[in-house]
Parts: sequence; structure tokens; C-alpha cells
Amino acid sequence: MTISIDPQKTNNESLQPKGWLRFFSFSLDHKVIGIQYLVCGFLFYLIGGSLASAIRIELASPMSDFMPRDVYNQVLTLHGTIMIFLWIVPVVNGAFGNYLIPFYVGARDMAFPRLNAVAFWLIPPSGLMLVASYFVEGAAQAGWTAYPPLSITTPQSGQIIWILSVLLLGGSSIFGGINFIATIIKLRRPGLKLMQLPMYCWAMLGTSLLVVLSTPVLAGTLILLSFDIIANTGFFNPVLGGNVVVYQHLFWFYSHPAVYIMVLPAFGLVSEILPVHARKPLFGYTTMVFSIMGIVVLGLVVWAHHMFTSGTPPWMRLFFTIATAFIAVPTGIKFFNWVATLWGGKISINSAMLFSCGFIINFVFGGITGVALAQVPFDIHVHDTYFVVAHFHYIVYGGTVFIIFSSIYHWFPKVTGKMLNEKLGILHFIITFIGFNLCFAPQHWLGLNGMPRRVAEYDPQFQFVNQISSLGALLMAISTIPFLINVFLSVRNGKDSGDNPWNALTPEWLTSSPPPVENWEGEAPLVEEPYGYGKKILNENKNI
Amino acid sequence: MTTLDSSKEIQKNNSEVNETHEDFRMFGLITFLIADGMTFAGFFAAYLTYKAVNPLPDGAIYELELPIPTLNTILLLVSSATFHKAGKALLKDKNSETQKWLFFTAFLGIIFLICQLFEYFHLPFGLTDNLFASTFYALTGFHGLHVTLGTLMILIIAWQSRINGGRLTSQNMFPLEAVELYWHFVDGIWVILFIILYLL
Repeated sequence: MTISIDPQKTNNESLQPKGWLRFFSFSLDHKVIGIQYLVCGFLFYLIGGSLASAIRIELASPMSDFMPRDVYNQVLTLHGTIMIFLWIVPVVNGAFGNYLIPFYVGARDMAFPRLNAVAFWLIPPSGLMLVASYFVEGAAQAGWTAYPPLSITTPQSGQIIWILSVLLLGGSSIFGGINFIATIIKLRRPGLKLMQLPMYCWAMLGTSLLVVLSTPVLAGTLILLSFDIIANTGFFNPVLGGNVVVYQHLFWFYSHPAVYIMVLPAFGLVSEILPVHARKPLFGYTTMVFSIMGIVVLGLVVWAHHMFTSGTPPWMRLFFTIATAFIAVPTGIKFFNWVATLWGGKISINSAMLFSCGFIINFVFGGITGVALAQVPFDIHVHDTYFVVAHFHYIVYGGTVFIIFSSIYHWFPKVTGKMLNEKLGILHFIITFIGFNLCFAPQHWLGLNGMPRRVAEYDPQFQFVNQISSLGALLMAISTIPFLINVFLSVRNGKDSGDNPWNALTPEWLTSSPPPVENWEGEAPLVEEPYGYGKKILNENKNI
Repeated sequence: MTTLDSSKEIQKNNSEVNETHEDFRMFGLITFLIADGMTFAGFFAAYLTYKAVNPLPDGAIYELELPIPTLNTILLLVSSATFHKAGKALLKDKNSETQKWLFFTAFLGIIFLICQLFEYFHLPFGLTDNLFASTFYALTGFHGLHVTLGTLMILIIAWQSRINGGRLTSQNMFPLEAVELYWHFVDGIWVILFIILYLL
């Protein structure tokens, strides 16, 4: 059975509001939904960033003088939850995925446009609910991991709101994942082979598989946890005969793949950006595809490396250490592919390129500490210290957030038809890069010397290094100012970019910028070689 | 990779490029059911781990009787067959027969739920009595929620398959096929649940 779509009678042209109002509507256009995800995510990034600033101000002195200890716990819980579930996951999957994937597969929209809009509109209410929980009886205090028995014994209302909010966000994520899988596998235009897809499609396919397989487990776990909190059951409560380690297993069965849900799309995006600005084909396309799928498979069987201090038996430690070390292989392949893509290329030093190179540097550092953390003897020493904090910020901020900014610089002309100011962009990069490394590099030292994470007070001997770290955080906060100025100025009076300012070959650039409502006037172009830079141009035939 | 190849072939047959495409609502539903199945997998994994690691405390009661769940298993298996009959009838555009089979399937679903409630009221333990009691109620309750939703959906498509003004025809099979797949899924989960909770 087939479904026919009459191009004259789509929803977008009749009842949907036009102009900026459409960003506040239940629009079914994948491009509008992508921008909704991005802007909504960025607003939550500002909230999460303010919370991070509060944390660093508190940690500038060894005593808890800026805020009471329980407020500190609430702040760090909200910071983690907002940054993961409301900024990185929705933006790096939802925003760029929705905007780019239909272009890449040569479609006019996602496979299930209504489901897509529902998935987005679950996010703002659950995010507001989460933030507002601070004003009820205090927000959740158990960290973003919500480990019992802590999450059972801290005030209930905040924790329950946290659970409901994460359940809604998980649902949104699953709907998005289903949509991406269907779009990439089923909605490709005729003649487009899987191995001709731009790399971001592969990354999103892998990510969506992880979302669909692991997020429901988190949902089930949180339902059980909420029973423990409100119905007095004892699934995870040792006092009532329950088992806390089972919670940890179920939680990390989602939350380790969640790391790849956050970072695999960034791998895809950087693979799109580097070839364009280095004017070279992406090195090792096939190995890239297989390493993404390798990471997906391995990512599902390494979760217990978060639990080496939870009484894991020796065979489990051995298995999960080896499996985790194996992940370094596909990740290393990707790293070398990016470097080889740059090698000998005609590199333009612009903001998108700088942020991508910053990503490569930060990510390899975070990756190395990740391999170190997978080794049991080392992990037992630094478990729950600032070394872990430094490691995962190098992955999610130094990795993914750098790529989010890089992508904004790269695709801003596509979305608006205007260029961003390069000088402000480079200033943004310099402050972010210095601030980021100043903030998180010293935390490795703090962790190795035994400063525990998630505690408002610390031994006074660590004060100086903590102040350096706080200075870095201040720079990171300042770095958003040139970025915001840049975006606001460029949207209003930026220089016109033309349809394809980077002379890129991937399909989204083969239509006008900004694109028409249904993506293409006439038939979608068949791009057989999305990275054919330096070769005779194959895709010149239409629509440029 | 085989599924990917077959989808490619289907698309090759589509001559009009963007204006028609294959119906992949069923594909989306299957993906969703895989996700739903993972929730149950998490619950089963938790239960099995408890069984292996956590001993039943002294004096705690956790005993299950077999007759009612066995009856329930038979009810659900029969209901899968009757649902299949409904689909066969719709394929031949015999809507009244479809409706008859669908109502019978929904009736079996309701009987299942009544039996389940009867079992709940006669068990010697409550939700918060001990770890295994809690897990038992959580698992069967979550499954019961699925049966409830499935029964409601069967009643809806039974209404839609009425002769005058109904949407379901042999040309528009999707609603029936979707609910049928969901119902088979719920049955399959019950069989696994029956084996793990009652027989192991």
C-alpha cells in the first residue's frame, strides 16, 4: 500500500501560521521543529549554565557559604539533568536531526510529522516542570543518577517531579528515535543507496537504535523507583529487602548508551563539517560506518564499568573492562579518519572549522581518560572524584557542545540565508576553548588528589586549583555573550550568504537558503557522492 | 541488512518520486513495540536478579497458584486466534463477521482482566509485603495495563468496522493490522511472564 501526498494541500500552506509565529505553533514542518528544538534547548542551556556558575561560585571557597548544602545538591542535580535531557540530547539529536535528515535522504519531511511535533512539544512542559520543582519543596537532590536509597530518603515531591519530567523527556526521545529510524531506512529517495548517505544519517541511525533499545529500560526503572517513593514498596530499598545494585544496573543500561546518544550525533556532524571546510572527501567512509555500528553494539554491553565500586564480582569487572577498552578501537578509527580528512586539505580557518578542531583535541583527551577510567584499579582510586567530572565534561562539553556551536556556525546560512560574523565567531571560540580547558583540566588533578564530587565543601588545600577552575567557568559564561550578540546581529543585518556559501556538496545545500517549505522545488536531487570534493563535480546537474 | 535491502527494492518500484511513498506506519509500530518490549525486558531482568540474589525473608509469604494464570494463558492464546479470524473476515469484506470476532476477542480480554483482578484479591500477599510481592504486582500490573489498552483499542476498531459508515474495509486494513500486532505482542509478553513468574 502506498500513501499519496498532494503537494498543493499540505498543512503547511493552509492553516499554519506564517513568519516567526510558526515557531510557537504545532507546526509539522521538520525545519520549524528543528529550530524549535534548537532554541528551546539553548534556553535550557542558559539555565543549566547559570546553575553551573552557581556551583563554581560555591566551590571558589572551601566552605559552603554561597548557598546551603541541600540547595547545592539541588543545584547540581538540576544542572546535570537540564544539560543532559534538555540541552544536549534534544539539540544534537532533535534539532540537527530534524533539520538535516530529511534533506539527506531526499525527502520532503520526516516519516511521521505529527509524531515529530508531539515529540518536541513534550519537552518545554517537562523542562519547566523540572525547573519549577525548585519552588515546591526543593528540587530533587539525588544527582542526575537518582541512586536509591538517597533518592528515596530525600524530600519526595522534588524527586517525583524529577521522575515524571525524565519520563516525559524519555518518551519524547523514543518518539524521535522511531521517527529517525523510519525516515533513514524507509524514506530515502529512490536510487539513493545506504552507503551513499552522508555520515550524519549513519550516526543518527545508530543513535536512534540506542534510544529505542535503552530508553524504555530507564522508563521502567524510574516507574519502579517512583513506587518505592510513593507506595512504600521495596524494589531498591535495602531496609525493605530490596537491592540497590539492581537499580544501578538498570539505570546504567540506559545511561551508558546515553553517552553515545549524546556523542554519536556529534561524530556525524563533525564528519559533515570537516570535509566542507578542508575541501577533501571524508577519509574512510566505510570504516566510519562500521565503527559507528561497532560503537552501537559495544555501547550496549559496557554499562557496569560505572559500577566497579558497587561490589561487582571479578568476572563482571573483567568482562566490562575488556568490552570498554574495545570501544577505543572504533573511536580511534574515527579520530584518525578526521585527522586524515584534514591532512593535506585546503583548510579554511573559520569558526566552524575551529570549533571542530577544538572538538577533536578535547575529545581525544576525554577519550584517553575514559580508557583510563575503565581500568578497575585506577577506577577504584578515582571513583566519584573530580577526575570523573573532568572526564565526562571533556566528552559532553569539549566534545558535543563544541560541535553544536560548530554546527550552528556551519548551518546558520542554511537556516537564515545570512552569514554569522566571523570575527565574533573566532572570539567566541577562543574564549570558549581557553575557558573550557582552564575550567576542567585542573579538575583531573583535583580528582587524582582525592577531592570528591557532589559535595559543597572541600579540604582547604584544594582552594587555589578550584579558583582556577572557577575562573575558567567565568570565561565560559562570558563566551556566550559574543555568540548571542553575533546571532542577534546577524539575523537582523547579517551579510547575505547566497544559497551555498561553503560550496558544499551535501544535499541540504542544493536548494535555496532558507529552504522552501517542502525542501525542493521539483524533484529531490540524487547526491551519489556527498563528499566528492577535489574530484570533478558530480552533483552539479540540478538546483544549484 | 536484509530488511534494508528489501526496502530498497520496494522503493525502486515507486515510479513517482516524492509524491507517493510506501506506507511505513507498520514499521514505526514494530519499532515502538521493540521499545515497549525492552521495558518488559528490564522488569524481567530485575525479577530474575532478585530471584538469584535476594533471599525471601523469614516469615514472608510469596506463593502463587497455577489454575487462574493457566486459564488466563489459554484465554489470551484463544483471543489471538479469534483476532486473526477477524482479520481474515475483513480481507473478504465480511464486516459483520469481523465485528463479531472482534467483540469476542474483546470479551476474552475483559474476562482475562476479571480473572487477573480475582487473583489479586485472593492472593495471600499485598503490594508492599515483600520484594517478590512488589515485583509480582508491578509486572502483572504493567502487563494488565497493556491488556486494558488493547481491549479498548479492539472495541474502537470493532466500532469502526460497522457496516454503515465504518472506516475499516479490505482497502483500509491498517487499523486492524496495527491493533492485531499489538495484541499478539501483549500475548507473547504474557507467555514469557507466565513462564518466568509462575513456572520458574
